[in-house]
Amino acid sequence: MISGMGLIALAGQPNCGKSTLFNLLTGASQHVANYPGVTVEKKTGWYTHNSKRLEVVDLPGTYSLTSYSPEEKVARNFLVSETPTAVINVADASNLKRNLYLTLQLLEMEAPVIMMLNMMDVAERRGIGINIKELEHQLGIKVIPASMKTGEGKDNLRQVLDNLNGHEVLQSRTRIDYGRLEPFLRDIENRVKDIKEISGRYSPRWLAVKLFENDMEVISIAGKFIHQPEEFLGYIKGLREKASVESGGPPEHMISFQRYRAADTIIRLVQGSKHGVKKTLSDRIDNIVCHRFLGPVILVGVIYLLYYLSIVQGYNLTNYTWPFLAKFRSLTESILPSSGFIEIPLITSFVLWFVDSINALLNYIPIFFILFGLIAILEDSGYMPRMAFIFDKLFHRYGLHGQSTLPMVLGGIYVGGCAVPAIMSCRGIPDERSRLATILIIPMLNCLAKIPLYILLINIYFAAHKGLAMFFISTISLLIVLPVARLLTATVLRKKETAPFIMEMPPYHMPTIRGVLGLAVERVWLFIRKIITIVAAVAVVLFVLLQYPGLDDERKDDYENQKKDAIARFNNQISGSPFSEKLGDENLMSLVIFSENYKSAKMMAKGKDANRKANEKFEKRNPEFFKIVSPDKESDGEKVNKALKNLIKTRKGILREIRKEKINNSYLGRIGKAIEPVTCFAGFNRNVNIALLSSFAAKESSVATLGALYEQEEEGESLEERMAKGEEGFTSLHALAVMLFMVLYPPCIATTIMVKVQTGSVKWMLFSLVYPMVLGLAAATLVYSGGSALGLNGLEAMFAFYGLALCVTIVLGLVNTKSKHI
Amino acid sequence: MTLDKLKPGSECLVKRLYAEDRLGQRLMDMGVYPGILIKVIRNAPLKDPVEIELEGFYVSLRRAEACYIEVEIQ
Repeated sequence: MISGMGLIALAGQPNCGKSTLFNLLTGASQHVANYPGVTVEKKTGWYTHNSKRLEVVDLPGTYSLTSYSPEEKVARNFLVSETPTAVINVADASNLKRNLYLTLQLLEMEAPVIMMLNMMDVAERRGIGINIKELEHQLGIKVIPASMKTGEGKDNLRQVLDNLNGHEVLQSRTRIDYGRLEPFLRDIENRVKDIKEISGRYSPRWLAVKLFENDMEVISIAGKFIHQPEEFLGYIKGLREKASVESGGPPEHMISFQRYRAADTIIRLVQGSKHGVKKTLSDRIDNIVCHRFLGPVILVGVIYLLYYLSIVQGYNLTNYTWPFLAKFRSLTESILPSSGFIEIPLITSFVLWFVDSINALLNYIPIFFILFGLIAILEDSGYMPRMAFIFDKLFHRYGLHGQSTLPMVLGGIYVGGCAVPAIMSCRGIPDERSRLATILIIPMLNCLAKIPLYILLINIYFAAHKGLAMFFISTISLLIVLPVARLLTATVLRKKETAPFIMEMPPYHMPTIRGVLGLAVERVWLFIRKIITIVAAVAVVLFVLLQYPGLDDERKDDYENQKKDAIARFNNQISGSPFSEKLGDENLMSLVIFSENYKSAKMMAKGKDANRKANEKFEKRNPEFFKIVSPDKESDGEKVNKALKNLIKTRKGILREIRKEKINNSYLGRIGKAIEPVTCFAGFNRNVNIALLSSFAAKESSVATLGALYEQEEEGESLEERMAKGEEGFTSLHALAVMLFMVLYPPCIATTIMVKVQTGSVKWMLFSLVYPMVLGLAAATLVYSGGSALGLNGLEAMFAFYGLALCVTIVLGLVNTKSKHI
Repeated sequence: MTLDKLKPGSECLVKRLYAEDRLGQRLMDMGVYPGILIKVIRNAPLKDPVEIELEGFYVSLRRAEACYIEVEIQ
């Protein structure tokens, strides 16, 4: 294949079946990335047929090719700079006139267009007959009648693609007649033709039209190559003024109008009489789905179902998948060097920490898979625009957008969401300002991993008012994010571009299994690729921060002595028994491990049968040890058993002390201590600081770290009891401050990466890290210091804060947000 | 009269667009241009946005945008 001859671009308006064609052509060989510098998705794939390989690029679906939206800019820049061998223009036969509006613009760019006239079956059903031959003649291009649903036109397209090799696609000579504007356009075209740098790359006619339309991007390109740009642009401005006086409106409207006229002329020639538009099925569905009262009810039902199926059922599914991850962990553990009496090899603790960090995220994959599948169904079916239609008014008041609905639902408007898919789904919001605002507030919603900390604190400090406290924490986030969104859009985001809301309400469409699964797999894969690698890196950093500098020699010696004492005591206790000679230092450690394994095996074994099997297994493994761990009554073994139990308990105690001291002495522990003077106003002590700092990698870590810091002294004591015991000065006011801080806490590392991906900017990523921290500390300080000053307890402060947030939300919602357009 | 004043069920002819630049272009690109017949289909539950139909194509837009469309009731 000659290089540069095998690139196919798919262009078309939204909802014309372009993605279906793309999937059909490329199968599984797809690659998704962003166009450089923008957050528009670029889908690339390979078409292979009869030993022929073509690269296929799915351009974003656009109604037009202006420079107002990044999608349209990307599409037309691709056509100009990549010069594809052929551009397949997918058009909707049941809505041909509108689709021709884009086709004519493609032809104006002198793109090598082949039209794939899709949805012929729908057109036929509506009684719209289309004369393909005449359409080909009028447009001067090849037109393939097709229906992606029935498979019509597939072979025809394959044939056309097969014949593509070496042949240029016929250049159409169809031109739009711009009527009264023609003399102006010709003037500009003649001047542009002389500038070699651009007339070689762009069609002069297209340049003339765009310059005359006052297209900012084309103006800036032209400005670079023209000798006296001011004079030239002034000249165009003069022409524009002249034209607008003649036609009584801006010239670009005149141009669009003429495009529609040209499309209309073609329609009259190719399309049989159109029956009066009947009430379509979609319209009848919308009578219910967008109904004043039923609409919101159905929407809430859909949201509930989304939660239920993904979060609840997905979580149940992790019960089946988690054992695999746990198995992987224990497998890893078994091949790592085993622990000494108090020395845990660095490699062992590091690898296990690493595996735990990754497992914590991998555990979410079933949830994500269901979630992404359901989102794909919502997207495919056409329900998304309806969601936006129903809630736009509400969200728009706070600077958000109707299309912020789904991201906010996914982020956890009530309880249990995840910011990662939520931020991924912000892609579709056309309004840059609202999109950024949505991305920035989503991490403050109730992500699933924040819940364990809430539950922990509520169980200890709000035990008498659990339901109330849970309701508070579940709903307060919404009352925080709405005002914050409003403030962000009025301040840091004020200068960001907004876009008109105007949105097509496409006909409903039955999602296909292939499409849904494809999207779900693609997005889960994106999650794994983007997130897991970064989380792995951060896990390493956090490990270092939590482990180093470690203990000094004096402390090590101290623990070493404690170890020696314990062993000496043990030896003393068992002296005289037949086991005492066999239990040397090395053997002793094996016995300890044997005993631990036996204990956990017995715990896992349910029922008499399993119990017996476990006993047999361990007896076979080491009959001597077995006599100790499962001694007969009144035997020597029983005596040793008792001593061994004491020894193991002491060992655990020492290990616990070492771990605690290590964390406190670690870099992270020192940071936690260093910021105490600031955080004390919010009521956070060092332990809380360390827990919050360590939860940056994943929010779940907060409870795990607290668990390590308040490690159990007696077995079976829950973390609640331990924490209550360990922090006697801690009150419900402290707990409230910690919970509020957790609501506003910076996004976890996975989310941070998504913010970077979706904003395409490190600056916004850093902002998303810093501002919630400041806000969180402010809120926690307000609650703790303010509450203390007023002598409020946690519950009273909770009511006060809730009332305040509610008032702010209502007041900001009532202040008018009229945005000016012109 | 502007489009935002119309009730669901009413039909009108677009006379003129007051919007220029981004909004004006977007309206044109979505098929709202002088001479086209618009049918107001329904309001959103909170009265805004509003859904319209033009030549079998359904579009929703905010009232703040619809007020830039001068129409004549049919």
